[in-house]
Amino acid sequence: MTDLTQVTLKNGLKVLLKEIHTAPLISHWLWYRVGSKDEPTGKTGISHWVEHMQFKGTPQFPASVLDKAIAREGGQWNAFTFMDWTTYYETMPADKIDLALRLEADRMANSIFDLEEVESERTVIIAEREGSENEPLSLLGEAIQHAAFRIHPYHHEVIGDMADLRTITRDDLYNHYRSYYVPNNAVLAVAGDFETKKMLARIKELFEPIKAGPTPPRLKRPEPEPVGEIRLTVEGPEETAYLQVSYRAPGASDPDFYPLAVLDSLLAGPSNLNMFGGGGVSNKTSRLYRALIDKGLAVSVHGGSSATIDPFLYTFVITAHPEKTPEIALAALDAEIKRIQDEPPSAEDVARAIKQARAMFAFGTENITNQAFWLAYAEMFADYSWFTSYLARLAAVTPAEVQRAAQTYLRTKNRIVGIYLPVDGGGDE
Amino acid sequence: MSANHSLPGPDNITRVMLPNGITILTRSNFNSPSATLSGYLNAGSLFDSDEKLGLADFTTSALMRGTERHTFEQIYDSLESVGASLGFSAGTHTAGFSGRALVEDLPLLFELLAEALRTPTFPEDEIERLRSQLLTGLAIRAQDTGDMASMAFDKLIFAGHPYSRPDDGYPETVRAIRRKDMVDFRHRTFGPQGMTIAVVGAVEAGFVVEQVSRVLGDWQNTQQPLVPELPPVRALKKARRKNVRLPGKSQSDIMVGAVGPSRHAPEYMPASLGNSVLGQFGMMGRIGDVVREQSGLAYYAYSSLSAGAGPGTWEVSAGVNPANVEKAIELILAELKLFVEKGVTKEELQDSQDNFVGRLPLSMESNGGVTAWA
Repeated sequence: MTDLTQVTLKNGLKVLLKEIHTAPLISHWLWYRVGSKDEPTGKTGISHWVEHMQFKGTPQFPASVLDKAIAREGGQWNAFTFMDWTTYYETMPADKIDLALRLEADRMANSIFDLEEVESERTVIIAEREGSENEPLSLLGEAIQHAAFRIHPYHHEVIGDMADLRTITRDDLYNHYRSYYVPNNAVLAVAGDFETKKMLARIKELFEPIKAGPTPPRLKRPEPEPVGEIRLTVEGPEETAYLQVSYRAPGASDPDFYPLAVLDSLLAGPSNLNMFGGGGVSNKTSRLYRALIDKGLAVSVHGGSSATIDPFLYTFVITAHPEKTPEIALAALDAEIKRIQDEPPSAEDVARAIKQARAMFAFGTENITNQAFWLAYAEMFADYSWFTSYLARLAAVTPAEVQRAAQTYLRTKNRIVGIYLPVDGGGDE
Repeated sequence: MSANHSLPGPDNITRVMLPNGITILTRSNFNSPSATLSGYLNAGSLFDSDEKLGLADFTTSALMRGTERHTFEQIYDSLESVGASLGFSAGTHTAGFSGRALVEDLPLLFELLAEALRTPTFPEDEIERLRSQLLTGLAIRAQDTGDMASMAFDKLIFAGHPYSRPDDGYPETVRAIRRKDMVDFRHRTFGPQGMTIAVVGAVEAGFVVEQVSRVLGDWQNTQQPLVPELPPVRALKKARRKNVRLPGKSQSDIMVGAVGPSRHAPEYMPASLGNSVLGQFGMMGRIGDVVREQSGLAYYAYSSLSAGAGPGTWEVSAGVNPANVEKAIELILAELKLFVEKGVTKEELQDSQDNFVGRLPLSMESNGGVTAWA
């Protein structure tokens, strides 16, 4: 396995290359520094919609040609929009990767955004949103996010608000695309079965002619300190009640991210950071499972955070027991939080969390797509060394730091408590 | 370039059958210090009575809740402490298991697998805890538009056939299951005959065979029943439709389809390629093109072919706004008519054939991907 090659092209495009010769595959990722955090009120959901439009074709690769070409070669491709970034990937048999390179270079600048396509995609995205509105946990999560961020643009979901999905125009979309999809706002990562020198030459040939643009500004509206705990309820059709408790948590480049990851492992079981593969580890010996599920107060509990640029949320989601109220589960959660605030975990507990993380990292390296994902993912909120030093940083966490993280972040004032209350459950035929 | 560039095949997969009937399939992959294990035995919901439907599912879910040597807590403590996982679940024909671990912890997986299969104790308190979880799962299912559409579809297509039943049962049947039922079910149906276990990862074949022999080689069950014979499926004489109303939902799920071939039928591969053209290839094939790309009615609209040991189904699924249900069904039916009457073009067939061959290396890129083919 060779080391990472990092190059910045003349137009500002950052390129990361890593040879991995374990399978005849290459995975290619192109990341843009744009996401829902860059969307002002009235334009929410525009980054995700632009991502959809990127599959609608260029003069060189019309929509119908594009997806068929990838599929014919046995490739896999997709795109994701997140709060902080948008990314496109193709994993292809090694000898077919040129198609992906040509396609991504082309649609960095030449997508058409045909008016008819924009209109038909509008209803597709509205349907996507309606699909998630069917899920009680989506409704609850959205309400909590909204309550947590009054000022910061993390307040809206990536999919956007229905009002904006109905009114965003073709020109809004195209302008957003032209402003953010410039090489100096992008990072390209390729991992797999290639020779670095040849790959770099081909990337330069295809991407270097694309002109740089003005560096797009990122929307900066920091969220002020919370003034108190927020409680809310969401009501909807269902038979099951849910409890979500979200604490304001630091961004991924904050040193406190690591003690919080250990804290998460202890309280709710380890979170899997891999996008592809890696699998989960169950959490049946975590403190919250013991306090809530073993005691019959709830039927499931999960915890987790996202690696974000700005401070976001560390969240517990609890499915209520059919015969117990969510308030009972909340009291038990509070007792467990108090316990870790009062008493640091044992050194063994911390060592266990680190072994769990090591296993999940190993599972993630089975897969070329996931390895390529990591090359540039960390660039979106830190840099590649964030990934390579992750296990060492985690291993350096002390029990006292875990306790301090619990004291600092898991404060009542720092949280939003949301309850999903079922009303009018039960359907008919 | 280095080793392991070849696709899995008879020359790099070791297949061994133990004297008691267990088949072991294993392939080495030293690219990552991890290993994946999966397999099944013939103990699915086909053995369940109507009154206690969900018994196979409940029983397999309870296998790791305590064994003669270890408590629930000890079992999960040993797994979770090393970031490993192991789980069981029941389908219609089989009870399956899967797990993964760092290769240094693989022996632990084999030991727990054998314990869970051979000496589970089904502690009463654990069963009740699990029952609450299963019932909550069923309550969530009852409000899930996709799940309810799928259940209604199976009921219509497989009327009078065991495939019409959901493997996880109904609230009343899950409530009716007793500990004794689970003990009996395991005692009767679990055994080495017909059991298959696949292991892929940073291990030599010899080690895997030795480990499986060590923990399961002396397992016997002389009472193990034959796999139940399936009655034939009676094809529907005319189209049937069922609406399930779930108030307050913002999206409806549609399923339209028919009985499909079994995995062993000669028509399976042609049907599979046809399905690719109909609702998979590229952005969800012809169905995706009509329902999503041209009409903008759905975020997802695709077709799938579900085939196993018995008859399968071949259906189109789509999620649309409740106001667009009829319009979407019309479009889907028109597309199905065209597909049935005119078939596929030479070019479409070639595209899908290329895709099937070309995607093989990708579907095998992880250990789990390889074990899934076993």
